[in-house]
Amino acid sequence: MRVGVVVFPGSNCDRDTLHAATLAGAEAVPLWHERPDLDGADVVVLPGGFAYGDYLRAGVLARFSPIMAAVREHASAGGLVLGICNGFQVLAEAGLVPGALRRNATLRFEHRWVRLTVERTDSPFTRAIPPDHRLRLPIAHGEGSYYLPHDELDVLEARGGVLFRYAAPEGNPNGSARDIAGVVDVGGRVCGLMPHPERASEALLGSDDGMLVLRSIVESVAIAGRAAVVA
Amino acid sequence: MVAVEARHRALGLTDEELEAIVARLGRRPNDLELAMFSVMWSEHCSYKSSRRHLAELPTSGTDVVAGPGENAGVIAIGEGLAVAFKLESHNHPSAVEPYQGAATGVGGILRDIFTMGARPIAVLDALKFGPPADPRTRALVRGVVRGVGGYGNCVGVPTVGGELVFDASYADNPLVNVMAIGLLEERHLTRAAAPGPGNLVVLYGSATGRDGIGGASVLASATFDDASAAKRPSVQVGDPFAEKLLIEASLELIEAGLVEGLQDLGAAGITCAVSETADRAGTGITVDLDAVPRRESDMAPFEVMISESQERMCAIVAPHRLDAVLEICSRWGLPAAVIGQVTADGLVRVVSGGLELAAIPAAALTSDAIVLDRVARPPVRTRLAPAPGAIGAIDRSADGLPERGMDPGAVLLALLGHANLGSRAWVTTQYDATVGADTVAAGEHGAAVLRIRHGRRGLVAATDAQAAVAGHDPWLGAAMAVAECVRNVAVTGARPLGVTNGLNFGDPGDPEAFWRFTESLRGLADACRAFGLPITGGNVSFYNASPAGAILPTVQIGVVGLLDDVARRVSPAFRRADDVIAVVGTASPGLAGSTYADVAGNAPDDGLPDLDLEREAALQRWLQSAARDGLLASAQDISGGGLAVAIAESSMWSGLGARCAVGVGSAPSVDLFGESPGRVVVTADPADRERLDMSAAAHGLPLEIIGEVGGARLVIELVRRGATGAAEERGSGVADAVDLPITDLEHAWRSALPRALGEET
Repeated sequence: MRVGVVVFPGSNCDRDTLHAATLAGAEAVPLWHERPDLDGADVVVLPGGFAYGDYLRAGVLARFSPIMAAVREHASAGGLVLGICNGFQVLAEAGLVPGALRRNATLRFEHRWVRLTVERTDSPFTRAIPPDHRLRLPIAHGEGSYYLPHDELDVLEARGGVLFRYAAPEGNPNGSARDIAGVVDVGGRVCGLMPHPERASEALLGSDDGMLVLRSIVESVAIAGRAAVVA
Repeated sequence: MVAVEARHRALGLTDEELEAIVARLGRRPNDLELAMFSVMWSEHCSYKSSRRHLAELPTSGTDVVAGPGENAGVIAIGEGLAVAFKLESHNHPSAVEPYQGAATGVGGILRDIFTMGARPIAVLDALKFGPPADPRTRALVRGVVRGVGGYGNCVGVPTVGGELVFDASYADNPLVNVMAIGLLEERHLTRAAAPGPGNLVVLYGSATGRDGIGGASVLASATFDDASAAKRPSVQVGDPFAEKLLIEASLELIEAGLVEGLQDLGAAGITCAVSETADRAGTGITVDLDAVPRRESDMAPFEVMISESQERMCAIVAPHRLDAVLEICSRWGLPAAVIGQVTADGLVRVVSGGLELAAIPAAALTSDAIVLDRVARPPVRTRLAPAPGAIGAIDRSADGLPERGMDPGAVLLALLGHANLGSRAWVTTQYDATVGADTVAAGEHGAAVLRIRHGRRGLVAATDAQAAVAGHDPWLGAAMAVAECVRNVAVTGARPLGVTNGLNFGDPGDPEAFWRFTESLRGLADACRAFGLPITGGNVSFYNASPAGAILPTVQIGVVGLLDDVARRVSPAFRRADDVIAVVGTASPGLAGSTYADVAGNAPDDGLPDLDLEREAALQRWLQSAARDGLLASAQDISGGGLAVAIAESSMWSGLGARCAVGVGSAPSVDLFGESPGRVVVTADPADRERLDMSAAAHGLPLEIIGEVGGARLVIELVRRGATGAAEERGSGVADAVDLPITDLEHAWRSALPRALGEET
């Protein structure tokens, strides 16, 4: 089970993500943005940070990196892709997940611990999360306000595309539409998530809820692998 | 000759300094050389006023790997690792352009850390502003906080702590002091030296432009006046994305063993980098001006040599390793160029088009720069001037403030709601504190705690100043700042390792301002000696004055400590109901410089609290020993707002109330709100009470049980000192009481800063 973590110039959560993926039981490898090759990764993670400085607009330059062609191919073949924070912004800019991330309603960078409800636990990104368990994770972003036009939000919700929502007591930290913190694409294999699961990897750091997300992914790949062998 | 005279003065050099330059060169300098001297002999680069006084500071310690004179202090922490840390000011640029000034302040101190071979792991920011209701202050606060966050968040180094203080003296001259911490393997320690004649000088990172021309001499080394806005072009512009690439490329170069020496480009740009690295190695460097990559085509030689364009590094590279160095720079998208060569003649030479434009001994620009003998004179009016008609010594048993009718609960709420004591969440939520996945405690609940590389051990860091006290007595203010900062680290159970500092003062040519500087240094040195801690680096910022006067003498202290097991750290929040609450240490009277005095008004004859350095050192030792023995459920330093605020914080941060009885003398305000040093509030399991007593006694420290944890209210009964027995038996001994629900405390504390800054939402 191999997790590839893409390193764009300006990624700054790549090391944290590699560490957390290892804790979750995966073999974690960095993937340099200039090589259009995933090095045999079963799962690709686009980590947080400020790829290309987030100049112009968050994520807008990174989507042109050579590796994004390979990520797109991986996704269209049904491979799992997780974009965390800046990675979510890159996925949204690349059109791999629906929606856009606008500036926070406060117009400030926001770093705080938030609570998330998990909308469904039958997704590869949530299967290890106990029912009704609310996740405690940190956010750290300036552009995290999720946006879609109303009718498209209805469609997104109707197809089960919302995986995570901001919840009480801290509530919605950035003005996201319908409190949305994380979504999946139509195929359910590409996920964008604003909070940082890789930073909530041990109780000592304030929470280990993030490991539930990472373990979900590892389990999903393991189950798919067994199914493939049986088939 | 008149024209040349005018030129040196225009560059900020005095006639005496020009003479000293001529003496060192044996001839008159040309214009380029004069420009190079003007930035290198600026206060900012040369420390010409402070150098001989700084030499008196204690700097040695068994684990010190690198001390003052290097880019950052480095202390070995075992297992082959070392911690690099330093604090630096960026005051004047932040006053002129708050966002860029603060941002480049973060960038500069981070470069000092990774230049040593250390990966930056934390930033702390110490900010001082004028009155928060002033619209200009509000604009500065917003800009500076956004600047610190904008840079730190982007480079991916967590901002984990700091200080925010408002005082009228900073209205026109805010202070932005930033501390950075890094971790390195000792074997990767890199020096900022240029050894080996024949080695190449490689400049990598951003191209050189006109930004920040003469920042060191123009901005940092002159007093502010109305013309400051015209100096805006002297402020550098930061690019945190470029810095992030520089960090990764530089650490990769160091880990691959490809560089002989490394220096960042900050104040005085290329001139400083080449002269300092050459002088440290006893070599020279010849710079080929035409090889310097530029942002603008028509730059004059002096502009290229002194530009302070940000995000540039200078590596000394052996010729056979050049290709490998260029390959790494290229992979990180960083332009790199060979701009010179190390020589054996000890000279910094600048050549262009085959012509030699300058030739100056490297030492003349750095270690042999001019040293000034400044005059220090104590102010005529002393701090403890007796009130008219008073005879003899001041009665320090009473604070001289009206006590009758004081409602201690109302005062406590006023203090928690004070801009200097309330929650810092409005600031800290704008800083990424958890990137790196090693942050165990950050922000506003005491010292910052970071795990070391996902392991068991941890680093603890804090930064503190006591400027209000220093305004009355600079020696005491400096020594108290060290005491408080070390206490904040020791209270977690950590072993303090060393001290860094930012010295912020007025015009060194003013004898009274200079006396405040020398007194502060004495306090700094005395405290560090008493605590057995080395000073491993720091920064001096003079000319912090405006037409309205000088700032409070501000010694910003930074301390780093080591925890053997992060999981066993002691936190300031109460842990369990029914634990006993104890005060360790003795209070002394004197409310001058306290937050209470700021709220209630300062009595003219009021004194300052006492500082007993030996007692303080004993307290530091006891905190570590009690934590090691597992005696402490929580421990909280008593400082701003005194005992009552310390208890209220432990209560708010845990959601657990407390019931206490505090003995009061003739001045309850001293007992509840006095900020005398050398004290902590701890809690412990009632079963450990006897061991706790014995442990404190063994360190010669008085320990008094004052109550227990529990409930949803904070109750502090005031009991006349000497009374015994239950509260109802004390009768008239009960002066008054604090009795408040925790939710009220929290409301006051949380709304303090947004309300003060007009940022309520």
